[in-house]
Amino acid sequence: MSDPVIRIEGLFKSYQTSAGLFPALKEVNLNIAAGEFVAIMGPSGSGKSTFMNILGCLDVPTAGHYFLDGRIVAELDKDELALLRNRTIGFVFQGFNLLQRMSLLDNVALPLIYSGMEREQRQQQARDLLAKVGLEGYEASMPNKISGGQQQRVAIARALINRPRVLLADEPTGNLDSHTSAEIIALFESLNREGITIVLVTHEADIAQHAQRQVRFLDGRIVSDQPTSKLEHTA
Amino acid sequence: MMFAMLGEAWRAMGANRLRTFLTMLGMVIGVGAVVLMMAIGQGAQYAVKQSIAAMGSNLFILVSGSTSAGGVRSGSGGGYTLNVSDADAIAELPGVQATAPIHPGNAQVVYGPNNWNTSVIGTTPGYLDARSWPVVSGNAFTNSDVRSATRVALIGKTAAQNIFGDEDPLGKTFRIRQSPFVVLGTLSAKGQGMDGRDQDDTILIPLTTAQRQVFGSQFPGSVRMIMVQTSTQEIMPAVERSMTELLRQRHRIREGMDNDFSLRNLTAVADSAAESARVMSLLLGAIASVSLLIGGIGIMNIMLVSVTERTREIGIRMAIGARERDILMQFLLEAIIISVVGCIIGLLLGIGSALLAETLTGTMVIISGSSILVAFGVAATVGIFFGFYPARKAALLDPIEALRYQ
Repeated sequence: MSDPVIRIEGLFKSYQTSAGLFPALKEVNLNIAAGEFVAIMGPSGSGKSTFMNILGCLDVPTAGHYFLDGRIVAELDKDELALLRNRTIGFVFQGFNLLQRMSLLDNVALPLIYSGMEREQRQQQARDLLAKVGLEGYEASMPNKISGGQQQRVAIARALINRPRVLLADEPTGNLDSHTSAEIIALFESLNREGITIVLVTHEADIAQHAQRQVRFLDGRIVSDQPTSKLEHTA
Repeated sequence: MMFAMLGEAWRAMGANRLRTFLTMLGMVIGVGAVVLMMAIGQGAQYAVKQSIAAMGSNLFILVSGSTSAGGVRSGSGGGYTLNVSDADAIAELPGVQATAPIHPGNAQVVYGPNNWNTSVIGTTPGYLDARSWPVVSGNAFTNSDVRSATRVALIGKTAAQNIFGDEDPLGKTFRIRQSPFVVLGTLSAKGQGMDGRDQDDTILIPLTTAQRQVFGSQFPGSVRMIMVQTSTQEIMPAVERSMTELLRQRHRIREGMDNDFSLRNLTAVADSAAESARVMSLLLGAIASVSLLIGGIGIMNIMLVSVTERTREIGIRMAIGARERDILMQFLLEAIIISVVGCIIGLLLGIGSALLAETLTGTMVIISGSSILVAFGVAATVGIFFGFYPARKAALLDPIEALRYQ
C-alpha cells in the first residue's frame, strides 16, 4: 500500500459547552492511504462529523497530530488551510450547499475564482466537469430548478474542480431517495477508480458496502476498522 | 480575480434590487445634497466677491452730516458740510490713493422718443479709479471738463440700453432734465451692487455740471459725499484716524462736539458680507455632510444584515477555499460599489438640481471640480469605512458555525 494521504495520531477534540468541557473525540488514530474508499459510520453524536470537520481543515484538534498529504496541519496558518481546502480537499455536503443565486456552471467554477484562474479557463473546466457528472446542457440552470440528485452531482463536480487528492463527503446521500443514492455512489466508485481518495460519512449500511473499508465511531472513539470484504464474510 | 469579484458583488446586489436601491438612495441623497449645497454656497460667495470687486477695494465713503433747522433734523447727507476742498485736502494725506467728491441724484433722461429715469452721479475722474470702473469705449471726462462744467456724460450699460436701445451711444446727444449732453464714453458692466441695485443703470457727469446745471446747489463747492480710496487695506484704520482729525480741524469742530460728517468703511462692510457668505457656505456643507454620514450608516446597517443573511454562503465559500481576505474583499466591494454608484447618481442629481435652481430662482451656483472631487472622495471613504466592519465580521466567521447556520 502507498504512503498514507491522511495520518491521524492521538487526536483529541473537546468543546466548551454550558455543561462544561465536552469531549467529542478521544484519542483517535487512523491512517488512510492514497486511493482508498473509506466509509465512516456511527450513531449521531459519536464524533464522526467533528472528525470530518478536522479532516476538512475546517476545525482544529485540541490535541494530537493530523498529517494531510505529508504536511502537519496544526502548523499551517489560515491562508494555507484555505489553500488546502481549495486544492487538496473536495467537500460534498448532505445539503448540497450550492449557492442559489448562481448558475450551475458558476457554482462549479467558484473554487477556481479563489485559485485565481482566468474566466475562460474556469468556465471550460466547469463545463467539462458538469459533462462528466452527466449534467451537460444544464450549465445555465439555477440550483432550485433541478432535482436533489442533480444538485448533489453539481456539488460533486464543484468538489472535483481543482483535482483534489481527497474527497470528503458528509452524508452525501442523506437527502436522496435510494435510486438517486445508488447513482451518486456509483459516481463515487468511478471517481475512486480514477485514484481519488474518498472518505464518506453515512449511517446507511448498504451505502457503506460500496467502500473498501468501514470505520465505526462510538462515543468519540473508533470501535472498529475493517475491510468491507471481511465484514461480508462475518455477516 | 478582481473582475470575478466585481461580478459576484454585482450579482449579490442584483439579488435584492429594492434593498440595494434604497441603500444607494441614502448615498445618492447625501452626495446630491453636498454637491447642491456646495454649488449654492460657492455661488453665493462668488456673487459677494464679484460685488465687492465691482464696488472697488479699500474704500471709505464720507457723508455730510445732518443739519437741524427749527428742530427738524435732515438725516445723514441732508446738509452740505463737505466740500471739494475737503476732498483735495484728504487726497494729500499719506496712504490715500484717490478721492472723488460725489453729487448723486436721479433724473429723467430723454433721447428721441425714449425717456428713462436713472441715477445721475456728478463726480470727478478720480471716481473711476476709486471704483475700478474702466471706460470700455470712448474716453472718460477729465479734470478740465470738471473745471469748465462741460455737458459730457459716461453712460452705464443698462442706462445705455434703455435710452439708446441698439444704437451705439458714443457721440450721441441726449438730454438730462432739458440740458443736452454728449456721450463721451461707455462704462464696463458692473452688475448688481452689494445692495442689490443694478450699478449699470447709471450716468456719470462732471461734478460741477451736476451741481450747476442739473440738480442745482445752494452752496456751490459743497458735496454730499466724498469717496476715498487707500492704497492698501492694512492702512485703512490709520487713514480713518488721520482723515477724521483733518476734517474736524478743517470744520473747526471743538473738542467734545460731534462730527458734522459720517465715515463708513465700505471694505469692512464688504468683508463682513463675504464672511457671512463663507459661514453660510460652510453651514450648508456641514448640513449636507450629515446626510452623507447617515447614508454611510445606512450602508453599514444593510451590510450587517446582508452578512447575517449570507452566513451559510460565507461558510460554503470558506469550505471550498475562500481565504479571509477573499470574503473581506467580497463584502467590501459591495459596499464600495453601492457608495460609488450612489455617488455618481448623486453627483448627476446634485448638478442637475443646482442647474435647475439657477434657472428657476436666478441664484448663482458654482459647480467646481473640487467640490465634485470632495464628494466623490468622501463617498468612497464612507463606503470603505462603513463597509469595513461588516466585511471584517464576515471574514472572521468560524467556517463550521457558518456552515451550520440556517
